[in-house]
Amino acid sequence: MKPIPVLFAGALIFAFQGPASAAGLADAPPGASSCSGCHPSGRVDTSVPRLAGRSPGDITAAMQAFKSGQVASTVMGRIAKGFSDDEIKAIAAWYGAQNN
Amino acid sequence: MTRTHPTRRDFLKTAVAGASVSVLPMPAIAQGTGSRVVVVGGGFAGTTCARFVKRIDPRINVTLVEANRTFTACPFSNGVIVGLRELTDQEFGYGKVAGDQVTLAVASANSIDAGSRAVTLSDGTRLTYDRLVLAPGIDIRWDALPGYNEAAAERMPHAWKAGEQTLVLRRQLEAMADGGTVVISAPANPFRCPPGPYERASLIAYYLKTKKPRSKLIILDAKDAFSKQRLFQNAWKELYPNLEWVSLSMGGKVTSVDVGAMTLVTDFGRHKADVANVIPPQKAGRIAEVAGVADRSGWCPIDPVTFESKLAPNIHVLGDANIAGGMPKSAFTANAQAKVCAAALAKLLAGSKPDEPILINTCYSLVAPDYGISVAGVYKPADGQLKDVEGSGGVSPLDAPSTTRALEANFAEGWFKTITAEVFG
Repeated sequence: MKPIPVLFAGALIFAFQGPASAAGLADAPPGASSCSGCHPSGRVDTSVPRLAGRSPGDITAAMQAFKSGQVASTVMGRIAKGFSDDEIKAIAAWYGAQNN
Repeated sequence: MTRTHPTRRDFLKTAVAGASVSVLPMPAIAQGTGSRVVVVGGGFAGTTCARFVKRIDPRINVTLVEANRTFTACPFSNGVIVGLRELTDQEFGYGKVAGDQVTLAVASANSIDAGSRAVTLSDGTRLTYDRLVLAPGIDIRWDALPGYNEAAAERMPHAWKAGEQTLVLRRQLEAMADGGTVVISAPANPFRCPPGPYERASLIAYYLKTKKPRSKLIILDAKDAFSKQRLFQNAWKELYPNLEWVSLSMGGKVTSVDVGAMTLVTDFGRHKADVANVIPPQKAGRIAEVAGVADRSGWCPIDPVTFESKLAPNIHVLGDANIAGGMPKSAFTANAQAKVCAAALAKLLAGSKPDEPILINTCYSLVAPDYGISVAGVYKPADGQLKDVEGSGGVSPLDAPSTTRALEANFAEGWFKTITAEVFG
């Protein structure tokens, strides 16, 4: 029986977080909060993809490809060049953990 | 053993588990409880900051002070001037802000007592704070250009604060006969939205080309260089032969205006206009001066980690009003700074040290409805200010195909929808 109350508590806290995953905002790594200026956290009619809930590996790979120029981009190459490999990894992990 | 109802013991376990989970990321809970943050100014910076402080730490009491019930966004308002959009597309309400448990005070801030940490509002309310955020945007320097005052702005609109001024300029362009002359006066740095005058010139040139092709457009500039300059100038050469840019060294600086004669005066001559758009010199919004956080330049020096004023403790300044090193005065910047500041405020109020931030700016301009160009940058604190991260940022390529320009125009529109959804949605 022991795990049940804990799971229940977890569910409760999840319910209070809402779509913006409020608890995670306090732990956002440097740079992560700027992304939502273009990458929507909710439902928005834009061709820019959402980041929340995506695989951290995919986000990291995309950023590295933008950074090296291996994948053509408009603004993302210019932005990715401002981030170190560790900074990219941290941002990718944080977005991957968002419940969206 | 089966049970359908949790016992009291389970409930206690639940409560304890819940408490430990919610407390973990936020040390020094006692200090954070009941802290008061007052945010003055409900634009991109202030509204974002108020909502994010509350989302990061719901225990903080947050009040947003804003005189208007509707916000009118400047980005994309150049499209309204030339009839590509309506002003209602630029308008946003504060309904969702209240839904975030942010208290909205519909009033303007009249005075600030930094000693007793209190803001007095126009309705007499006195709000005390632990941390104050000022996001007042810009004010026009009505004393900076001889002949140009608030009455003159009815005849020669600035349209640099979106709203009625945007419509005044639009109506003047609509009323102008084909063959007329439009003159735009662009100010020296710094000012709100560095590429804004040139996007406006481009879209007005587009309007003239399609609706009044015998007309011409002159930009009188108090600068020799401007944001995204080569991109704009290449596009003008290709698309708008009737657009002329007069730089500072070519005599472009407007030194006075004669509203009665519809004339802009420079050291080199007089320019008669059928429509005159005077984008005048600017400064931080009035409350910054009242609070003592603006320096002699009229703008507000800040700490690059917390955005706390370098002139007054416990007062943070965001967006167009501040001096942010390499970060330009854009809505994207305002929103990005506000989120970093909100996280810093939560830490400061909990008695811990804010993280060293990284900030991004991305700013699109439309040269034509399907022709977008951009500038982007990444910034970190260095030497007491926000500096460009070496090797990052820059503008759209000069030699991009039209498909890239169309893609950036599409991204520009997506950006506006996304950022306004985050701030007001």
